[in-house]
Amino acid sequence: MNILLPFRDADVMQRIAAEIRQFDIDRPLRFMEVCGGHTAVIYRFGLTDFLLSTIRLVSGPGCPVCVTANDFIDRAIALCELPDVTIATFGDLVRVPGSTRSLAEVRARGGDVRVFYSSADALTWAREHQERTVVFLGIGFETTACTLAATMAECVQSGVKNFRFLSALKTMPAALQALFSAPDVHIDGLILPGHVTTVTGLSAFRFIPREFGIPCVVSGFEPIDVMESVLMLCRQIKDHHADVENQYRRVVRDGGNPQARAVIDEMFEPCDMPWRGFGIIPESGLKLSPQFAFWDSENVTVEVEPPQEHRGCRCGDVLCGRIYPSECSLFGTACTPETPRGACMVSSEGACAALYHFAPVNYDR
Amino acid sequence: MTDKIVTLNHGAGGTAMRHLITELFVSHFDNPALSELADAALLEVNGSRLAFSTDSYVIKPVEFPGGNIGKLAVCGTVNDLAVMGARPLYLSIGFILEEGLNLNLLERVVASAADVARAAGVDIVTGDTKVVARSECDGIFINTSGIGLQPLGNGLSSNPIAPGDVIIVSGTLGDHGIAVLSAREGLTFQTDIESDCAPLNDMLHTVLSKSAGVKWMRDPTRGGAAAVLTELVEQKPFGAIIRETAIPVREDVHAVCELLGFDPLYLANEGKVLMVLEAKDSDRVLEILRAHPLGRNAAIIGNITSDSPGHVRIETMVGSVRRLQRPSGELLPRIC
Repeated sequence: MNILLPFRDADVMQRIAAEIRQFDIDRPLRFMEVCGGHTAVIYRFGLTDFLLSTIRLVSGPGCPVCVTANDFIDRAIALCELPDVTIATFGDLVRVPGSTRSLAEVRARGGDVRVFYSSADALTWAREHQERTVVFLGIGFETTACTLAATMAECVQSGVKNFRFLSALKTMPAALQALFSAPDVHIDGLILPGHVTTVTGLSAFRFIPREFGIPCVVSGFEPIDVMESVLMLCRQIKDHHADVENQYRRVVRDGGNPQARAVIDEMFEPCDMPWRGFGIIPESGLKLSPQFAFWDSENVTVEVEPPQEHRGCRCGDVLCGRIYPSECSLFGTACTPETPRGACMVSSEGACAALYHFAPVNYDR
Repeated sequence: MTDKIVTLNHGAGGTAMRHLITELFVSHFDNPALSELADAALLEVNGSRLAFSTDSYVIKPVEFPGGNIGKLAVCGTVNDLAVMGARPLYLSIGFILEEGLNLNLLERVVASAADVARAAGVDIVTGDTKVVARSECDGIFINTSGIGLQPLGNGLSSNPIAPGDVIIVSGTLGDHGIAVLSAREGLTFQTDIESDCAPLNDMLHTVLSKSAGVKWMRDPTRGGAAAVLTELVEQKPFGAIIRETAIPVREDVHAVCELLGFDPLYLANEGKVLMVLEAKDSDRVLEILRAHPLGRNAAIIGNITSDSPGHVRIETMVGSVRRLQRPSGELLPRIC
């Protein structure tokens, strides 16, 4: 029995869609799905087919590869060019263009860039290759941060000397605070990232309804989950009510995962972090705590090229929900998954890649 | 920068590779047989119609669940000939070996190439060996070329394809891609998934000799079924629609795909065939396929349509319809 099938049931889908249509809300609604995982599900399963055109789903800043700023990639490339350095990374990041090139291009010219599916695998590889200095590119949000913290704890405890950590880890509540504080961002409801909330718990996001009056629903990652979350948002709006509700109860506990937070706190401390599209958001990142400075490759002196943005690329506006991917003039022409100009076209969770890959039937490019 | 050197993208089966083929290779080697860009070239020599094909194998790891590079190299070329409607006869095999390669490993590879050639009824009649210094290649690279005889009048092509025709796949999709991935360095999850690597010539010969309705066939290797189907309809006056619920996928393959963010439609297969045929023949062909050990899970997955010409659409499990795009870029897993 495939446990996912009930969450992809066409009849259930139709029933939820019918229920959503019954909400006779008299204005167009913009709901933001924060997480790139949700973006991918929405496009892959064509969920907008089931919604009236008055409800639009907008992607947010929750694709970790997409929000990674150019200077992080530039620094990784500079480190890669040091003697005996291996860059260990999750796959998507390899093809993201930095200021002038990507890690894939560096690899094509002889740089040692290796893709790992988990940081633990990268640490194992480092142990087996003592002659290399392995720099792990730590990107992601709270969900990934706890696994990276566990790997770094293991690295420190077992005294692995040839493993380093370059952090672009980010915390989601800080980004949403920055997003909704911007004057030109108008969102009527938030589909919150289920996996991040597994770690943080619901309380990390309660400031959103409280300070900004925006209804929130923590959502799972199957099509029925996302549709039900839309339904729950509509209900809150109809009832003139704004709260953080939990649709993803089968996974997310209201209190989150204290153990995961403890290991994050043990290894990392908050820091200011640059986000693509946002600039530097205070206290929105995580870096290794000072006592683990030996393993922090921020401390390696290396000449990094001055960061520059790609001309015409509007990933930043896409990530803030200001424009849809198709409103970028590069989309599908100069910028495709094979020749990406911006990060949102690279990651499988990027809004641009999702629209390109899972294009609607009436799509004309 | 990317336009000056070869990157992995040029070998990934997407747009970059097509540009390389059409703008470099075809433009220099230009001739009518090559320009068809089929899995095998169709040639007429002294009244005999021959199919001629070549393929190189650089798979990593060399041994994987369900096969190794030797078996793969024979099956791949046999299948490229078979899907053109040809009867594979003779193969060449060329080895490029890395200094330091374990001879026992090489023997296993050669033995399984020999076994599968025997099973497929082809003779490996000529070969070549080169050894390069350590790190100048990765263990074993193999090239095979093959010649097959194409019975006169049995021309398979996309030309007669018309709206209403059905699309059949001969079995579960994605087995090879996931089997190789699970055996690859750095991936520690363990599965029982084996590559589907197998010679298809016997099954396809049976189908073609018992039913005249098959119009076109391809083996969905690199780029998977998505690559084959999108290429089939590209710039054609017809489109295609496939139904996600009809596509045979092993449950464990499906699970790994969900975990790592892959779509079975884009994963490589080495023992499957996609065919287009008239609807009236579909029951008969399905019956023939399912009676063969390699076709037990054969299924109708969709149709050729007159609407949306040039595009493949997919009806998703939840009932929505979207485009199926051709593969582009390296297959990479998602990260969270």
